[in-house]
Amino acid sequence: MSAAGNCGLHCEDGCTKGEKKVVAEELTRDISTAMRRLDAVEKSEGTAKYVSDYDFSDCLWARMVRSSIPRGIIKNIKLPQMPEGYYWVSAKDIPEGGHNYLHMIATDWKCFADGDVKYVGETIGLVVGPDKTKVEDLREQIEIEYEEQEPAVSIDEGVACKGGAFINGNNIHCHLKLETGENVDQVFSRCDKVVEETIETGYQEHIYLETNGACCIPEGDHYVIYASAQCPFYIRKSVAPVLNIDPEKIIVRQATTGGAFGGKEHFPDVLCGPLLLAAYKTGKGVKMFFDREEDIENSVKRHPSKVVFKTGLDKNGNIMAMDSKVYYNVGAYLASSFVVLQRGCFHVTGCYEFPNMRTEGFGVATNSFPSCAFRGFGAPQTLFAIETHMCHLAEMYGVEPLEYKSRYFIKQGDNTSTNGKIVEKVMIPEMLEQVLKASDYRRKVKEYKYGTGKGIGISFYNHGGAFTGNGEQAIIKAKCRMHKYPDGTVEILNGQTEMGQGFHSIIPKIAAHVLGIPLEKVIYKDPDTSRVPDSGPTAASRSTMIVGRLVEKAAQQVKERWNEAEFEVETHYEHPDGYPWDQSSFQGYAYLGYGWGVCVVEVEVDPCTGEVTTKGIWSSHDGGHLIDELIVHGQVNGGVIQGIGWASTEVMQNVKGHFKQTSMSDYIVPTSMDYPKQECFFVDNPYEWGPFGAKGLGELVFNGSGAAYIDALSRAIGKRISSIPCPTEQVMLYMLNGKDIEEAL
Amino acid sequence: METKISFTLNGKKVSLSTDPLRRLLDVLREDFGCTGVKEGCSEGECGACSVMFNNKMVTPCLIPVGAANGQDIMTIEGVSKTELGQRIVQAFADGGAVQCGYCIPGMVIAAYNLLLENPDPNEEEIRLGISGNICRCTGYDLIVESIKLAAKRGR
Repeated sequence: MSAAGNCGLHCEDGCTKGEKKVVAEELTRDISTAMRRLDAVEKSEGTAKYVSDYDFSDCLWARMVRSSIPRGIIKNIKLPQMPEGYYWVSAKDIPEGGHNYLHMIATDWKCFADGDVKYVGETIGLVVGPDKTKVEDLREQIEIEYEEQEPAVSIDEGVACKGGAFINGNNIHCHLKLETGENVDQVFSRCDKVVEETIETGYQEHIYLETNGACCIPEGDHYVIYASAQCPFYIRKSVAPVLNIDPEKIIVRQATTGGAFGGKEHFPDVLCGPLLLAAYKTGKGVKMFFDREEDIENSVKRHPSKVVFKTGLDKNGNIMAMDSKVYYNVGAYLASSFVVLQRGCFHVTGCYEFPNMRTEGFGVATNSFPSCAFRGFGAPQTLFAIETHMCHLAEMYGVEPLEYKSRYFIKQGDNTSTNGKIVEKVMIPEMLEQVLKASDYRRKVKEYKYGTGKGIGISFYNHGGAFTGNGEQAIIKAKCRMHKYPDGTVEILNGQTEMGQGFHSIIPKIAAHVLGIPLEKVIYKDPDTSRVPDSGPTAASRSTMIVGRLVEKAAQQVKERWNEAEFEVETHYEHPDGYPWDQSSFQGYAYLGYGWGVCVVEVEVDPCTGEVTTKGIWSSHDGGHLIDELIVHGQVNGGVIQGIGWASTEVMQNVKGHFKQTSMSDYIVPTSMDYPKQECFFVDNPYEWGPFGAKGLGELVFNGSGAAYIDALSRAIGKRISSIPCPTEQVMLYMLNGKDIEEAL
Repeated sequence: METKISFTLNGKKVSLSTDPLRRLLDVLREDFGCTGVKEGCSEGECGACSVMFNNKMVTPCLIPVGAANGQDIMTIEGVSKTELGQRIVQAFADGGAVQCGYCIPGMVIAAYNLLLENPDPNEEEIRLGISGNICRCTGYDLIVESIKLAAKRGR
């Protein structure tokens, strides 16, 4: 593909071609050329089977009974008389040798509350039985008596140990510290000025269109779990300890998954653990599907964050040192949050190299529903914080934010926040040129004075691809197999899932291209853990760059042996030499390949109502050499809009441990009317270790649009905005009482 | 209290005895196997369950099945077999409209509803036409482009 392309017209390109012709041409064209997704027709015709579409009519229904208070001791559970065939399933049913925890990186999240509860929505038990309505009736009759304790809900309350610490004596689940250059306190003493600023971000709910659901069925000496999930192997590993059985005794089959965004990375374990125990107790298949209200009230969210910057400046406003304290609201259980916090801290320098840095991260324990993965996995919070802080520093010195930020752009060979180097070429200058030209940024910046109701803003962001450091080799150990059949078809065997991102289309495309065979000769099914090797989670923007590469290598091996009738090859991940990483000190090369992005947003604000109209969105991304322009275009559009939603309308409050927004009527995600058609650009920057030069991109495209939107909005109203989300009501408040944009920090 | 209810479903006369207050959504999925009708929000907010009811788009999560008595209902299973429905399906596939796919049957219905009334809509009319349908994956642009493509192919 060309170095730059506005792919808004691809669908016009493909419109006159039949499917077969597109497929045939595909093989002779650059791999980036748009393909037709392999799942598009069955999804459009409604024949794709999501987990609630399966016929599980022989299975029992389950409903969860959950804690209604954020913190307390369970004094008594009063159950109604269970009719024959109806069951109460709780921690007491865990067999001898079994464990009451779910393995989600950490092992602190309980399968069932036992003795006490630490958050609203904590699973206490399941009511199980053949009739759905009867199960619900029985559930409503259950009375739970608590001795309530004072909860800590927000980051500040958690840090202050309100009600007494409940984790580690200080409510800090996890902590890390990074330093580069000189000691920042010493540098501060030489600075002209040292300023402090706090940037905050709120919860975000995933709103995957398909809510959570799963079914667990005993089959012989195995249990088969069907789930809407990102990571079938995670489920197996997580729930097997409940029965103290070999994970191989659990077979997980992924159903077509209606969106996930991180919300189905670990969270399905919270359904599947109790379902496994229910299937064990009853000897029958047991199914559970959440409705929307239940899903919003009782599922994981994006971590709220608070980043406190202390920045030392010389007399011209140049940054000499920066200290950042990063606080994430982890909730009651740690689960995967330490990894989220690490990624947040690694990304706090954004697309910049600063001379001296100190970063400390704190995962704060609160009596809130545990936070977990959400597209970006901790990076969006710190990237929003640094982008916003940089704008405010610039404005304080009367410098245009773009000009200020460009003083610090990181380049190939520069030092990272973990004292590694940037390995690849950083194409920010090229990307910047594309969006500046398309958006007419420079003219508009001059024309739209602060506070005149019109504003244009810009952000820079990146996303480290795959697991940190050598984690892919040391922890994940991804494997991929490819089977060649006598009839010339090949089957790709690995555990990666399709959840909307297009992976199950681009991976057959990679194999077909290497092998020089038509796409219809490549089989790639939704994973079944008994048939495929564990290739690691479908997460961390790793699937294309890591597993895609394993598929590419497997296809190369198959090609070499093509004349053999039937055989199978297996490929393993190997980390390139010469890029050390120490996981205990978080020092070295955190990521070998980053995705990079630049986003410009233009807004207009109604001076009477504070209503914001987005007039334009321009972005450019570096995802290496793209495997499919059209699929990537869809990722960009969706990620950018989700990021602006996070920064604007998506208000999710937690009041005394309860989420206040519980439906799609009061949690406001973007509609088709809210944003104009985007213009998106790409740069071609092949990544040495990715398939056909591709890198991760799915999370990157979320990471920066929120900051660009807030920059534009802030300039339009002439007020400083340091906290998101910023819905219309909040815009009004800023217009009335906010601090002027150029005021000193 | 069970009542006999009859209606036309995807061109065929059907009837059943059931509680007339059951949601039409559940009856379509459970009694007639129309699992292309997706439950997204249960309150008429997301449009994932959209069906055609006497040739107008409705959300059956808000309609008691009793209200369907004697009426004409088309689900995605029926709509996708019509010329217009299939043209939309193919345009969605070519135009990159589909990601996770959960909202897509409802989106196809919304596009069908729009193009029935307005075979050549402009960008704004398309955005309005699908504004009752939430998609969390695509940011809508490629859905809008795909509907334009379907309209163009119908000319």
